[in-house]
Amino acid sequence: MTIRKLSRGVAVVGVGMSKFGAFPGQSSRDLFVDAFQEMLASVDKGFDPGDIEALLMGNFSSDLFENQGHTAPIMADWVGLTPRPATRVEDACASGGVALRQGILAIASGLYDIVLVGGIEKMTDLPIERVTDTLATAADALYEVPAGFTFPGLYASMATAYMAEYGAPRDVFLKVGLKNHENGALNPKAQFGQRIAEIMEARKKSAAKKGLPIPEWDDEMAFLKDERANPNIAWPLRLYDCSPVSDGAAAVLLVREDLAHRFTDNPLYVIGSGQASDGAIHDRPTLTSLASAQKAAAAAYEMAGVKPADIDVVEVHDCFTIAEIIATEDLGFFEPGQGWWAVEEGKTARSGVRPVNTSGGLKSKGHPVGASGVGQVIEIWKQLRGEAGERQVPGSPRLGLTHNVGGTGQTCVVHIFERR
Amino acid sequence: MSAFNHITHYAALGENKLMGSHCPACGKNCYPARPLCPACHGSDPEAVEFSGKGKLVAFSVIYIAPTAMLQAGFDRKNPYCAAVVELEEGPRICAQLVGVDVKQPENIKIGQPVTATFLMRGEGEAARTFLGFQV
Repeated sequence: MTIRKLSRGVAVVGVGMSKFGAFPGQSSRDLFVDAFQEMLASVDKGFDPGDIEALLMGNFSSDLFENQGHTAPIMADWVGLTPRPATRVEDACASGGVALRQGILAIASGLYDIVLVGGIEKMTDLPIERVTDTLATAADALYEVPAGFTFPGLYASMATAYMAEYGAPRDVFLKVGLKNHENGALNPKAQFGQRIAEIMEARKKSAAKKGLPIPEWDDEMAFLKDERANPNIAWPLRLYDCSPVSDGAAAVLLVREDLAHRFTDNPLYVIGSGQASDGAIHDRPTLTSLASAQKAAAAAYEMAGVKPADIDVVEVHDCFTIAEIIATEDLGFFEPGQGWWAVEEGKTARSGVRPVNTSGGLKSKGHPVGASGVGQVIEIWKQLRGEAGERQVPGSPRLGLTHNVGGTGQTCVVHIFERR
Repeated sequence: MSAFNHITHYAALGENKLMGSHCPACGKNCYPARPLCPACHGSDPEAVEFSGKGKLVAFSVIYIAPTAMLQAGFDRKNPYCAAVVELEEGPRICAQLVGVDVKQPENIKIGQPVTATFLMRGEGEAARTFLGFQV
């Protein structure tokens, strides 16, 4: 079989993101301006934004979240990029990662030399029921949603299938969240920049202030197993198994590979890109892995000419804690059924042999869905350039991977980046 | 015009039937029925009634319900079970699972046999029959 390569190489030379969180009174265009300005400031040798030739914008549902369709030209206008072509890319929660891939393909095609990839979502203006309904539009509206499934419910059913298949205990999922909060506490852009222990202390202080009985927990796991502190959302998943509802924006500047050193001496090169699709969750032979993730990863590894063991840092799509465990297996870091053991043994912690989601992941950093796949690249940029501060992984990492999932795996897109 | 779609799917459920499709070219069964075989692209799938017998593949007890289920009376205090079921004819389908103790989800066993049941939801003209399963 022919190995598919890009016709022209592509490099990342600048990145930026807004803080992720809940920002009443700010629209997605305000957040994108933040991301855009940070991206401009990140280009080591300076950059004239007038040199951008096209904008690709990942966004899931500004239509329902903000009553705003046709979002890409608005964003282009807001950062002074009209009349350049501006196109919205939608593949549910993989919108950002797929926009990135479209940006890469646009440069590889020979049509453009400099492309801006953005990602935005402004989710917190709606009441939670309408957020749930809006996210559910990424599932099969005719045959999944009428069964009563919500997004947490669909991932929870993967969790019950995984528990039954591999004997994983329910509580192991909580350890994924615990780890990602440890990482997110070191990320100033994270929505929840608190360790679970800090959240426990805040709860106690809040109770004392209100004159209520002060809750007691022996340790973090006791807190996470407490139904009052961490209620069921969709059994076996609890609140702290779920990524939050978030607002946020991110931006990544792509250039033709041979132009990269005009902008920085430390670019990241895109060496692998893969994407795949799949049917609705009921139409799959197994629920303990995502075929789309396996296929996207295989394509990206093949293009890059690298193996899972070669990857140094990885950002995976942990919209729910079970999703991170399945992702680490689909990407080939652990054998099927071994991902939960890796969590138990601390292998995916920042200090472990296979650090996963050093940014805090979607769980702690936040999950403004259209921005998430672009935001993942920013952590890889920081880690590979040695700029991740307190959360920097040791050993001068050279290869990074991003894994961005749409829906329950109807879309998956994987990218591999190299520092040379 | 398609012989099978969501209208025919829900109309069949209204008659307490599971109408699937069978591709005579490659033998693939589909539920919901499909107008075009996704396995071989054959365009002449035949309508076939499925037995409604199957086994439980996966489930969740849902505490934070979407609007339609809130209107059906479910909420945090009254959660429900949503499931993925594999029919004996092969296809899998999502449906509500009834007859299980949602307060003790650890006792709901994956792999156990289930049979189709037909659940009415919605009021007046919006009333419609949905597929369910019971243990």
